[in-house]
Amino acid sequence: MPKVSLTVNGRAVSADVEGRTLLVQLLREKLGLTGTHVGCDTSQCGACVVHIDGKSVKSCTYLAVAAEGANVTTIEGLANGNELHPMQAAFKEHHGLQCGFCTPGMVMSAVDLAKRNSNPSEHEVREWLEGNICRCTGYHNIVKAVQAGAKAMAGAKAAAD
Amino acid sequence: MGAEGIGAAVRRKEDFRFLTGRGNYTDDINRPGQTHAYFLRSQVAHATIGNIDTAKAAKAPGVVAIFTGADFAADGKGGLPCGWLVKNKDGSPMQEPPHPVLAQGKVRHVGDPIAVVIAETREQAKDAAELIDVQLTELPVVGTMADAVKPGAAKVHDGGNVCYDWHIGDKDACDAAFKKAFKVAKLDLVNNRLIPNAMEPRAAIGDFDRATGEYTLYTTSQNPHVIRLLMGAFVLQIPESRLRVVAPDVGGGFGSKIFHYAEEATVTWASAKVGRPIKWTCDRAESFMSDAHGRDHVSHAEMAMDKDGKFLALRVKTDANMGAYLSTFAPAVPTYLYATLLAGTYTTPVIYAEVRALFTNTVPVDAYRGAGRPEATFLLERLVDNCAAEMGMDRVEIRKRNFIPADAFPYQTPVALQYDSGDYQATLASALKIADWAGFEARRVAAAKKGKLRGIGISTYLEACGIAPSAVVGSLGARAGLYECANIRVHPTGSVTVFTGCHSHGQGHETTYAQLVADRLGISIDQIEVSHGDTNKIPFGMGTYGSRSLAVGGTAIVKALDKIVDKAKKIAAHLLEASPADIELKDGKFVVAGTDKAKAFGEISLAAYVPHNYPIDTVEPGLEETAFYDPKNFTFPGGCHICEVEIDPDTGVTKVVKFTAVDDVGRVVNPMIVEGQVHGGLAQGIGQALLETCVYDENGQLRSGSYMDYTMPRADDLPSFDVATQSTLCTHNPLGVKGVGEVGAIGSPPAVINAVVDALRETGVRHIDMPATPSKIWALLNSGRRAAAE
Repeated sequence: MPKVSLTVNGRAVSADVEGRTLLVQLLREKLGLTGTHVGCDTSQCGACVVHIDGKSVKSCTYLAVAAEGANVTTIEGLANGNELHPMQAAFKEHHGLQCGFCTPGMVMSAVDLAKRNSNPSEHEVREWLEGNICRCTGYHNIVKAVQAGAKAMAGAKAAAD
Repeated sequence: MGAEGIGAAVRRKEDFRFLTGRGNYTDDINRPGQTHAYFLRSQVAHATIGNIDTAKAAKAPGVVAIFTGADFAADGKGGLPCGWLVKNKDGSPMQEPPHPVLAQGKVRHVGDPIAVVIAETREQAKDAAELIDVQLTELPVVGTMADAVKPGAAKVHDGGNVCYDWHIGDKDACDAAFKKAFKVAKLDLVNNRLIPNAMEPRAAIGDFDRATGEYTLYTTSQNPHVIRLLMGAFVLQIPESRLRVVAPDVGGGFGSKIFHYAEEATVTWASAKVGRPIKWTCDRAESFMSDAHGRDHVSHAEMAMDKDGKFLALRVKTDANMGAYLSTFAPAVPTYLYATLLAGTYTTPVIYAEVRALFTNTVPVDAYRGAGRPEATFLLERLVDNCAAEMGMDRVEIRKRNFIPADAFPYQTPVALQYDSGDYQATLASALKIADWAGFEARRVAAAKKGKLRGIGISTYLEACGIAPSAVVGSLGARAGLYECANIRVHPTGSVTVFTGCHSHGQGHETTYAQLVADRLGISIDQIEVSHGDTNKIPFGMGTYGSRSLAVGGTAIVKALDKIVDKAKKIAAHLLEASPADIELKDGKFVVAGTDKAKAFGEISLAAYVPHNYPIDTVEPGLEETAFYDPKNFTFPGGCHICEVEIDPDTGVTKVVKFTAVDDVGRVVNPMIVEGQVHGGLAQGIGQALLETCVYDENGQLRSGSYMDYTMPRADDLPSFDVATQSTLCTHNPLGVKGVGEVGAIGSPPAVINAVVDALRETGVRHIDMPATPSKIWALLNSGRRAAAE
């Protein structure tokens, strides 16, 4: 069985995996990081989105062995202790979630968008979220949350700079 | 505490765990020593099962056990029960064929489970299942309802393909009214089959504890007590006291997680056989062929009108697809949840509806967001538009003319229901204003200049929800009453846990229920926890569906709070040396009226549990109360939805450019959550109208069996919504609440299709079945053009 070594949420980990093991299985089943969800088997729904080296990736279509040496961030690695990441806080403030199942993937996608575009238009947000399906919210509040989260991230970055 | 009480847009208590990945969904749970189940499912729609050879599979790596329907039967276990009995026109009971947990003798739809493989890993179970050799002799397929009633059609069950042939209303009076009609509007329409598609796939873990003899089932359910009741009493036939059902965080349901499913019973039963916990998690392709589907009606409707466009009588004939077996509540959906809603918001004095339920070789159909009420609303609101066209009347005017007046409540319809409150003229007026109905013609002209076809559509709907009234539903065929239960436990230092029989799978109960308690007791919502989803914690309950959580579950909480306050006053009276009649609860304190003598809530609760001095002869220690609530009637939310679309005639693509929803949901406890529920419902309704449908081919193969083929609405398919609420209070529950979970999905499909038809009106199109896909519209437009050219 191949061994894979990578960094997950800042922690160095290694695990024995099968060649067919997907990154999402490694995260959920071997590392106990169950915040990353599996909502489909065709890479359509986006519930499994994580960041690999800072970019959003669907972890259900990514072999665990391909993550060798990578820096992976999951939803569990986003908040600073009990202090929510600005994007998480925006989802709460704007009621951008209901059942919460698609939420981790949505938030991870949204953070990647916000890094690329600090002031996305409604149209840009809707287009970016094409790969994430939500069945509860009708997207209305998710769009608002992503716009507000992107602004908050830009504000936080400016303050830090 | 007004900032957190009824009416406040409090941010949700549950969000922190969901946003940080700390939700606890069924697939996130792992039990020590756990094995994994994989179901071998039929790949054909109809066949006789011969020999099932599992020998090779049993020797595959990691395999622990393999079970088939024969093993289940040999153990003396029952099939999946149906919870609702519908009678035929002649009073005889419906056909109720057996629904085995694992197929016995025949398979009846693609996805029907034949065997279950239990292995050390899911992949091993899946690999081994491929080695099972099942001899299937294919039978003719009953693919559609039209096939089901053809002379000489193959039989899905021995008793034939008609489940029941039911009716409601006065046929003779209806026929007589049609004879007097000035004009009659007619419409044939289909309500397309949908797949609910909660984002969390179903999952179940069965865990039998040999030491205690207790079974635990973790499952993605909307109503754990109902699953315990059905599985314990009918399938496994074990005492409920030895069966615990836990529905932890559940990732959406929309109805599809109400029902008792084969996989739940299988893993629970088999965990005792193998002596280890068994986990099953559905993949999406599997969910498409094993979750109950929704809708699937074919109807013919006729409205008789007098010379003023007043409705005289409505006649409806509907065929409803049940699929291959009766799912838990399936028979109720096209009858008591559908035909009883055909009066809608109108004063139609006579209604007669006939409903024939048919078996086909397809996945079973059951309640899905709105259940019956979207079907009734779609039929009625499409028909009313045709009525306007037939009369040459304005679409708004014909509605106004036929509305039940605001001063006519309570209003008895000719189809069983009595509405308690509403003001349809007001919701209509409000929606017309927000949508700028008056300014539409200018927008149509502007769009036409760009080469686009712009249309506007309206629907004014009503629904019956707050599903519970036991006497009413019992008279309609329910085999169980449907009340709700709440238990309020005040802890010694004054924090509170609410145990509710309802179940939250996205609706925000942990916040809304906490607001009810905060409002009444005057404590912070941070002091209040809501516990749900575990039959070992909660006395009883019927779960969450049919927008019942606040109207029924919330009222049970209010009743339990009444008892808490009553007892707390007695304790306060003792501590303050006053009469209980003189004690008032104000701002979280128990005060002797007219004095400054007071005890804080926390002081009372502490005295209740650890008193130095307590009136033990007159008041029991502790502060915990339970209440059950069985409402007298359904609640009747209603509203008006207006949709504006723009169609590109070159591509057939319809864009929703503006959507307005004004919903009367009674009193609003948390406006933020109410708006969110409306948004979600609108997305599902617009999805049905424009994108989603379930497609089978002539062999009963599911062609829309994944997200690659089934068009789930995505963010860029939908607009932002203009929503507003109105509140005529429910008259028979103390909160005045009506329910909101389904209104969006009920009001929107006819608004969208009415808008599409309006946009296409000049081309001669009078109706289009859902979903109004680009290819369908393009074909309609081009056949129209051809006809014009010829």
